Amino acid sequence: MKTITVNDIIIDWEENMNINVILQRMNYTFRMLIIKVDGKLVKKNEYESTIVSPGADVKVIHLMSGG
Amino acid sequence: MNISEMKSKHKLLKDYSYELGEIEKGYTNRTLYVNLSNNEIKEKPVTQLMKDKFVGGKGFGLKLLWDATKPDTKWDDLENEIIISPGPIGGITQYAGAGKSLVVSLSPLTDIVIDSNVGGYFGPFLKYAGFDALEIQGKAEKDVIVIIDGKEGVIRIEEAPEEAVDSHILAEQLTDMYAESDNKKNLISVVSAGVAAENSNIGVLNFSFYDKKRKKVRLKQAGRGGIGTVLRNKKIKAIVAIAESIKPDANHVVDIEAIKECGARFNKEMRELDDDQCRMRKEGTAHLVEIMDDYDLLPTENFRFGSHKDIMNIHSSVWRSKFTQGVFDGCWIGCTMACAKAVDGFELKTGPYKGDKVIVDGPEYETVGGVGSNCGIFDADYIIEANFYCDTYGIDTISFGTLTAFLMECYEAGIINKEITGGLELTFGNADAAIELMHQMARGEGFGVIAGLGIRKMKAYFAKEIGADINFLNDIGMENKGLEYSQYVSKESLAQQGGYAMTNKGPQHDEAWLIFMDMVNKQIPTFEDKAEALHYFPMFRTWFGLMGLCKLPWNDVEPANNAETDEPGKVPEHVQNYVTIFNAVTGLNIDKAEMIRQSERVYNFQRTFNIRRGYGLRKHDAQPYRAAGPVTVEEYESRIERYDKQLLENIKVNPEGKSTVEKVAILREYKEDMYEQLLDAVYKRRGWTKNGVPKITHLKDIGMDLPEVLEIVESLQ
Repeated sequence: MKTITVNDIIIDWEENMNINVILQRMNYTFRMLIIKVDGKLVKKNEYESTIVSPGADVKVIHLMSGG
Repeated sequence: MNISEMKSKHKLLKDYSYELGEIEKGYTNRTLYVNLSNNEIKEKPVTQLMKDKFVGGKGFGLKLLWDATKPDTKWDDLENEIIISPGPIGGITQYAGAGKSLVVSLSPLTDIVIDSNVGGYFGPFLKYAGFDALEIQGKAEKDVIVIIDGKEGVIRIEEAPEEAVDSHILAEQLTDMYAESDNKKNLISVVSAGVAAENSNIGVLNFSFYDKKRKKVRLKQAGRGGIGTVLRNKKIKAIVAIAESIKPDANHVVDIEAIKECGARFNKEMRELDDDQCRMRKEGTAHLVEIMDDYDLLPTENFRFGSHKDIMNIHSSVWRSKFTQGVFDGCWIGCTMACAKAVDGFELKTGPYKGDKVIVDGPEYETVGGVGSNCGIFDADYIIEANFYCDTYGIDTISFGTLTAFLMECYEAGIINKEITGGLELTFGNADAAIELMHQMARGEGFGVIAGLGIRKMKAYFAKEIGADINFLNDIGMENKGLEYSQYVSKESLAQQGGYAMTNKGPQHDEAWLIFMDMVNKQIPTFEDKAEALHYFPMFRTWFGLMGLCKLPWNDVEPANNAETDEPGKVPEHVQNYVTIFNAVTGLNIDKAEMIRQSERVYNFQRTFNIRRGYGLRKHDAQPYRAAGPVTVEEYESRIERYDKQLLENIKVNPEGKSTVEKVAILREYKEDMYEQLLDAVYKRRGWTKNGVPKITHLKDIGMDLPEVLEIVESLQ
């Protein structure tokens, strides 16, 4: 089984796995995110087009919010 | 009775004329002292030492309260004070969130210092009237109002027998009474509490501002720690500030263009990015409700769980539809974040104002979590109704929510019953019982009086009077230092456990909110990493309270290029804005390191203040186990996969074959040990001893080695 790592959690990889798919899989619904794939920043308008490879290390950094 | 008749019943107890003066570089350089026992009114100078060491806002409050009280002064003693201070940046109108007041007092809940920040126009108007802080000591014999007339240069203490006590009526009466004309109502701000503040320990202060568009008086709350209770104990019905005008440069800053430039950049971010980020202008902090639910962080049924199937009933889209859209909702001039959302024309279904159509300020996220999900109530209209009554009765939605959730768990566990509650069936989800509990609190009747004691005192009461198991109550009663927890589940974030229980005043999230950074991002895996975060963020966030600033514009919108910076979690561009603004107001030249130092001095002073009063040590930073892990079998089994995994991977214990009771015990021992290790790491980073006492060497390093501070800590090194 091919996998990727998202915030140190190992999950199954799938064909055409883009950032939006990852966010949905992880149930990451917060909107203020900084995403890096293997250390490279992915901008919001690139979420759909950024396809991750097996073994990728994805960091989804949630910023802070609230009072 | 009409307004003029009410006013005619006032009896002047004292008036005091003073020179109005000018604000210079953010300071008026004097404070106002009012003693209600002997009606003394005087001006006190702000010394250079006060500015250097305490800066303003909360810092001034702590300094004045330290000087005014003894180590054994109680909250209801004559010596206790209520101090309100806006800070040097407070009152500017060119950058968002610059109208905050910081209120400091000895708390009836915690017996230590409480500080609470609040919007509304009072703080800026106090400064415009010529004072960097208002200090009220003593008690009146009969209900009084204190009037600070910044138009005429007069302070008055007047008996006021006829006005209402509940804030939504009182604030309107006094606004009408003291405004020169309808079109100048925005130059009046009223501080008040309400009838439940008289009968409970969880009283709030309501700070008003007049909403010209709606033609309504609005209320913002200094919510935490029972300062409204102190207000009513002093027989203060209200404090009124009158401004002559709102001038763009009333602070007489050194470099207004620098502030404008920061403000223009920020305002552009709000215009262009808010809709895709936090939606503060449309939903306020209520945008967080379903997000917290998604991450298992929304307190549900007394913090037992973190999400609920009925979340859609209190989803942010519900609040968006209830809030009036398209009107400016800033609680101070120039705040483009404008998150002070309101429900207009809400028809009340219960209580003394049943049938009235009212404006309700909020609900904010904390209120939705507190009186809603944490009590198992997923009914938006109930939440709005409870929000309204908490505000006008003068009680804290956070404490009321958390203590009601505690009572509901006690009820369902059979610790209390209908006989004890006087017929209230306090089961999770019973909105009718919850609102009746609140009305009882307001009337000073029945079980509402017991509830109004707050969780810490209720625990002792139940143990003593009905033989309840104090250990279980300590596990599920979500308080630390006597203050009720605010509304985030911290079980899976060790750093947030510290962010709550290692606070100076008790578990309020305004010192540190580290759950995403710790639990989701896994950015701070080691004790040292967590300790660094529990040093930096509490110090950084303390700074807002020294200045008269709101924290929300710091990180509830991020610049478009924030992701490309070295430390996006700190929002470097906004930090630099604050450094620039402070320097532009005061003419000083601090940098972001000195910003932290300014806070550290005050933070360590507050810790020492607690120690002086017999608190502030390691044992006082203990947390209820519910904040760290599952207390009950039901809780464990609701997240069995997660907890079994923790046993296997973190503790190297195979869960197979073990009963849930055994697993709860093993996990608990581990989590409690982790918290002790966190305490060690954080104390070390903060320059404290293992017992949580600031080290003298550290106090010298940060320049807070004042003789009175050293005298307290030196025998505890």
